[in-house]
Amino acid sequence: MAEEQVAAKQPKMKTVTIYVMGKKYEVPEGLTILKALEYVGYRLIRGVGCRAGFCGACTTVYRLKDDYKLYTGLACQTTIKDGMYLVMIPFVPAKKPIYDIEKLRPEGSVVISIFPELTRCVSCNTCTKSCPQEIQVMDAVQEILRGNIEKAAHMTFDCIACGICSMRCPAEIVHYHVFQLVRRLYGKYIAKKSKHLEEKLKALEAGAFKEELDKLVTGGPELWKKLYESREIEK
Amino acid sequence: MEKYPGYPEEFWESIEKVEETRDRRLKEVYRRISPEEKEELLKKWHPDYRPEGKRKLRIGPNKGDPVPNEVADLLEAHALINPDEISLNQIDYDVDILIIGGGGAGAAAALWANYSGVPADRILLATKLRFGDANTKMAQGGIQAADRPNDSPVLHFIDVMGGGHYANKPELVRALVEDALRIIKWHEELGIMYDKDEEGNFIELSGGGTCRKRLHAAKDYTGLEIMRVLMDEVLNREIPILEFSPAVELLMDDRGQVAGAVLVNLETKEYLIVRAKATILATGGFGRLHIQGFPTTNHYGATMDGVVMAYRVGAHLVNMDSVQYHPTGAAYPEQIVGQLVTEKVRGLGAQLVNAEGEQFIYPLEPRDVVAAAIIRECYGRNKGVITPTGMRGVWLDSPMIEIIHGEGTIKRYLAAMYRQFMRFGIDMTKEPVLVFPTLHYMNGGVEINVYAQALDAGGKPIPGLFAAGEVSGGVHGKNRLMGNSLLEINVFGRRAGIYAAKHIKHASVGKLTLDHVRKWEELLKKEKIETDRKAPILLPDYRGSRVLSRAINIGI
Repeated sequence: MAEEQVAAKQPKMKTVTIYVMGKKYEVPEGLTILKALEYVGYRLIRGVGCRAGFCGACTTVYRLKDDYKLYTGLACQTTIKDGMYLVMIPFVPAKKPIYDIEKLRPEGSVVISIFPELTRCVSCNTCTKSCPQEIQVMDAVQEILRGNIEKAAHMTFDCIACGICSMRCPAEIVHYHVFQLVRRLYGKYIAKKSKHLEEKLKALEAGAFKEELDKLVTGGPELWKKLYESREIEK
Repeated sequence: MEKYPGYPEEFWESIEKVEETRDRRLKEVYRRISPEEKEELLKKWHPDYRPEGKRKLRIGPNKGDPVPNEVADLLEAHALINPDEISLNQIDYDVDILIIGGGGAGAAAALWANYSGVPADRILLATKLRFGDANTKMAQGGIQAADRPNDSPVLHFIDVMGGGHYANKPELVRALVEDALRIIKWHEELGIMYDKDEEGNFIELSGGGTCRKRLHAAKDYTGLEIMRVLMDEVLNREIPILEFSPAVELLMDDRGQVAGAVLVNLETKEYLIVRAKATILATGGFGRLHIQGFPTTNHYGATMDGVVMAYRVGAHLVNMDSVQYHPTGAAYPEQIVGQLVTEKVRGLGAQLVNAEGEQFIYPLEPRDVVAAAIIRECYGRNKGVITPTGMRGVWLDSPMIEIIHGEGTIKRYLAAMYRQFMRFGIDMTKEPVLVFPTLHYMNGGVEINVYAQALDAGGKPIPGLFAAGEVSGGVHGKNRLMGNSLLEINVFGRRAGIYAAKHIKHASVGKLTLDHVRKWEELLKKEKIETDRKAPILLPDYRGSRVLSRAINIGI
């Protein structure tokens, strides 16, 4: 296809107005908050990480035109809107307690003993409403209080530790640290161990694959090629 | 109501064709192409085979070897620091083991060094951004380990060698496939939440180029789950972490050993001297160099710093000419162009189809083959879909997954992907997603041996220097298979930790020096390389051209 045909399909660039920490900038429509900040000249060190919604580094709070609400989101996953009034949160102060996972039991009371502020939850649900991952944060806290580690672990699995919930919580809970502990307790103590793995590992340590691998390592490209091209592929 | 609410009207006709052919395609298996066809496809369409994309290095242990221009630019560059301005008399951190890089390989190395008897306070982990800011967190699809009854490390070995075009170092591949089982066991003990069936066995899928179902996953947040658990354990063991403090140059001693590094506090700009008996490079790869102008799936910090620093102390690089383009980066919407659409989508049954709704490649061929086929479809056969920004792409027919495995599968096993597209109004359970190859992985890197020691051009270990993860090279040959990078960071991170702990028992450090940097500057002169480029670059610069054209340095 000719270049001009491709160009003809591209719409003209429109701009919108955003306010970065109160300062007004015109930026092209359709950018994410992160790219808009860079467009206007910020070279970020804090407040940027994976740029793909997985790392929770770019927590941003903002208001919209003629709207009293305070919104939260990830700068790399939120498209700018005209009149957006925003600031990036460079860091969430929340210290992680130290524990020895080997010495814990997978029980709600254990989690509460490490994070006693959990019992201060007033069920306001602000955490849930602020979560960019749409996790039922408040419900997960309640599951922990009821001692249901398994359920809480699964409910919070998609947490990226951006910390927005913890910044908004009136009970001062540090949810993402709590949820990290809960998931490890589930993974280590409640989830069943794999028998397949156990058996294969035993075979490996007993030297079951040693001879074949010895041969392969010194075998050279011709042998590898022959074996690779005659593989039987599992459906 | 609009027919396809997530897409502009120009796409609708093509999406209709995808829907019309879907029933037929559900029964259709595209043939696997022959080795000869593969070679021809790669030669003609894979970006690695474009001669204008590369040049021969003019300096250093790999002089004469072709590498991507963007890599050569950073290897043929001045040091970031002037050795005469750095005082080595004041040691800020004096440790046994310095780990540079806070991703999966760095965290695994820290833990295994500690398990091996090195006290936490004799280790320092320095990282450029936050601890855990790395490609590890972004890895979605899974981690390979041959634990199912019909599988074995032998089959895993053969897959890795074939996928890597037999350019792998076989002894590293052996370490990878054998340790895989030990790593997954370790992960179970740590409490990593892999997807399991009711008996506790792993739910495993096929990946591109694997002959068995071998991918262990934690939804499509596999890397995130591994990274956050490793981090939690490093923090519980109180291993010191120094964030926002990248290394800018390795230190050596007067006996030719690597003996630590010069770090820079990114926020205050002060430099810090770390003296160490062993230094482990775990700095990751080069996605943010945007080789050949490609968008990337990589983390903001993926700027190849470790390769640059290691090269100046004499490290040999392997397979640095080889770049992995992930076949399926998002091509629409613009906000997420280049971001990863995990191979797991194809593992679960989604086919790749062109604008006419026709398949053109078996979806689980190795990555380089699939990437080349997509590029051919878009630019050779003109059967791609053109986006409003002029990009081209092909369809990844995700709704097939819901038909094959039942409704709700995508939300359950591809939660991150579903969320990613929903944020921009595209429901991938009902509509296909548009994809095009994206820069994904540095296949090569610093050559290592099975002890994770960095090697010089003669194959001898560089005393005191270890490397693990994407910064290292050799294990993947010229093309990495899916699920082998999460494995590699654990396998070689672990080995680096164990063997560094062994190394320090009988090691001592002499007088610190930056003479290797002075020698490097002389070498640049001798080879008549005139440039104002400096490396490592530490971060990419995405500031708008309008601002940059008017930026002035006022010293504040």
